[in-house]
Amino acid sequence: MQKKISKIPFKGTAEQKQRLLKVIDAYHDDPSRLMTVMQEAQDIYGYLPFEVQQMIADGMNIPLEKVYGVATFYSQFSLSPKGVYNVSVCLGTACYVKGSGDIFNRISEKLGIGADECTEDGKFSLTACRCIGACGLAPVMTVNDDVYGRLNVDDVDGILAKYSD
Amino acid sequence: MVRSHVLVCGGTGCTSSDSPKIIDALEKELSKQGIADEVKVVRTGCFGLCALGPVMIVYPEGCFYSMVKVEDIPEIVSEHLLKGRIVTRLLYQETVDKDQIKSLNDTDFYKKQVRVALRNCGVINPESIEEYIAFDGYQALAKCLTEYTPEQVIQIVTDSGLRGRGGGGFPTGRKWALTAPNKAPQKYVVCNADEGDPGAFMDRSVLEGDPHCLIEAMTIAGYAIGATKGFVYVRAEYPIAVKRLQMAIDQAHEYGLLGKNLFDSGFDFDLEIRLGAGAFVCGEETALMTSIEGNRGEPRPRPPYPAVKGLFGMPTVENNVETFANIPQIILKGADWFASMGTEKSKGTKVFALGGKIKHTGLVEIPMGTTLREIVEEIGGGIPGGKKFKAAQTGGPSGGCIPADLIDTKIDYDNLTALGCMMGSGGLIVMDEDTCMVDIAKFFLEFTVDESCGKCTPCRVGTKRLYEKLEKITSGNGTMEDIDELEELCNYIKENSLCGLGQTAPNPVLSTLRFFRDEYIAHVKDKKCPAGVCKSLLQYFIIADKCKGCTACARVCPVGAISGSVKQPHVIDTSKCIKCGACMEKCKFGAIVKR
Repeated sequence: MQKKISKIPFKGTAEQKQRLLKVIDAYHDDPSRLMTVMQEAQDIYGYLPFEVQQMIADGMNIPLEKVYGVATFYSQFSLSPKGVYNVSVCLGTACYVKGSGDIFNRISEKLGIGADECTEDGKFSLTACRCIGACGLAPVMTVNDDVYGRLNVDDVDGILAKYSD
Repeated sequence: MVRSHVLVCGGTGCTSSDSPKIIDALEKELSKQGIADEVKVVRTGCFGLCALGPVMIVYPEGCFYSMVKVEDIPEIVSEHLLKGRIVTRLLYQETVDKDQIKSLNDTDFYKKQVRVALRNCGVINPESIEEYIAFDGYQALAKCLTEYTPEQVIQIVTDSGLRGRGGGGFPTGRKWALTAPNKAPQKYVVCNADEGDPGAFMDRSVLEGDPHCLIEAMTIAGYAIGATKGFVYVRAEYPIAVKRLQMAIDQAHEYGLLGKNLFDSGFDFDLEIRLGAGAFVCGEETALMTSIEGNRGEPRPRPPYPAVKGLFGMPTVENNVETFANIPQIILKGADWFASMGTEKSKGTKVFALGGKIKHTGLVEIPMGTTLREIVEEIGGGIPGGKKFKAAQTGGPSGGCIPADLIDTKIDYDNLTALGCMMGSGGLIVMDEDTCMVDIAKFFLEFTVDESCGKCTPCRVGTKRLYEKLEKITSGNGTMEDIDELEELCNYIKENSLCGLGQTAPNPVLSTLRFFRDEYIAHVKDKKCPAGVCKSLLQYFIIADKCKGCTACARVCPVGAISGSVKQPHVIDTSKCIKCGACMEKCKFGAIVKR
């Protein structure tokens, strides 16, 4: 899948950089830990802009093209920032046959953004995920760490309203 | 003195339906009523009946409360736990038989289940190594290290007939036997916990509910093949599982059950967790190893097989979580016990994740050879809403469908393969008459197009072309030639792809073509979607006899496609209709149909 690459300028802080350098320091002599470092970096910055990938490449002594290759291969790594609230709709099989596709479309319509996009005010972003394993509650969506299950399309407006204060 | 135990499910399903708040409320209420010392609250792994979450069970009575709400807690505490009066109203109603309370094990959902891999899930506190040990934990490891040679361990596993539970069904004992004799400075045991098949969550359930079992089994595997190091590759999407597994690894170290010189045998073993980052192809063993090495998770050609050249170029055994979860029991109870369950070539039990259009969604573990009918109608409680069973899909994006007329098929590896399905990791999605099989095939192809790693052309390009053809058919532009070409392309992709992902990607199409070809033909020839799913092929109609002429539909139609005068039957102009379905939602008389 093609990844959306953000054009928003990088706004990393010195504090974030300190944290990342500490992580790199812990793992820099084990190249198999590249993904671990990238995962921690994404926790720190929220996404993996080129500037961060470059820092990782330099610190781990791994070519930038390889870091970029790994970043674009795995769906967990994001090259564009997430909103304050990341809405994620499960499109796994169990949820799909119970109508999660319609739920995704309603949210997309409501927020005016597509998959992997972020609203202009930076408040919401939308992703489609593959099974969070809560199939018993299908269809399921999450907003950051809150899970909503047994949904129908009419629940969407109410859930989004909770976060749009 | 503890006189009562309350087991609350802390698996992902119930956690998502707020079980942490229930535990909180329970603990507060118990101290408020002054019985916190008498009642012990235990957070366990998954009970299996996720559809009814959050669930809890009170011992010694064995009362099963389902869909518990925080507001119910004071009543349960003051009535049941304080005064000993069971709150029948809040019990899972299937456990209530007139005035009698049945054991959970006598309900339809549990009656036919045999729990081997899931034996401790929902029974013990997964965060306590003592509880695992109390349930025979680490005894199998002790037995292996003190009584058996590595060769004997492999022999037991081979004799048990255990086959890989992750997909292909390769005999586990043979895999170990192929790796053991290879000499190398370092060998590895890898556990595939990258459960990427959408709709399957048994591995997560074991990791969350019984993490020590995995540690024990991997250590046994290490002893058998001569490896001193293991990796567990877990999906990053499973935070609870990762946390509990790490906790379990730390505890095992503390107790000397991981590390150096285990049981004074001179055998060392250590485990490390590596997190995946969301790539379906990493479920393929060589791709998974490439990923652990810190690369893009692309598969590599075999041979050389991992038994010779696996992780970091060293001999490696890779099994999935459920396979490992069977090992300690096989060692303790013997190969014959395990081989006594199941069918001729598929021994033991299999965990299925029941999902889709079925009443009891959740995890079930059944002996191999149980019929699909028993799974769907008895254990699963049938299809909700009085709808008809149409097909069951197994094996996820690599599998296929079993149609209704084959519902008496005995589920095992070979029967499924003969039907063009596969066991896969055990996702079992039930579909009713409202599911369009062409749309489902398209859904799975969209998934594989997304997840194809791009290394080999048949898969990268072929799956995309398949998807486009299906798109063409579901949008009403397909021809009969498309169906033939679809089939030809499927076979080509199957034969020429590098890894399991590509080789099995066409299965959903081939299987639906085999059993539901008439649906494809309906899409192509009649331009109709019999299940009423494919939007471009649907048309909305008003049944004149049922229409009262209330005008509600005409008022809600955004494009003014509905006309008719008050108290007279209305008509939809299908050329203007955009098929939004608003009229159908609005109609109180059920006069609007799509077909």
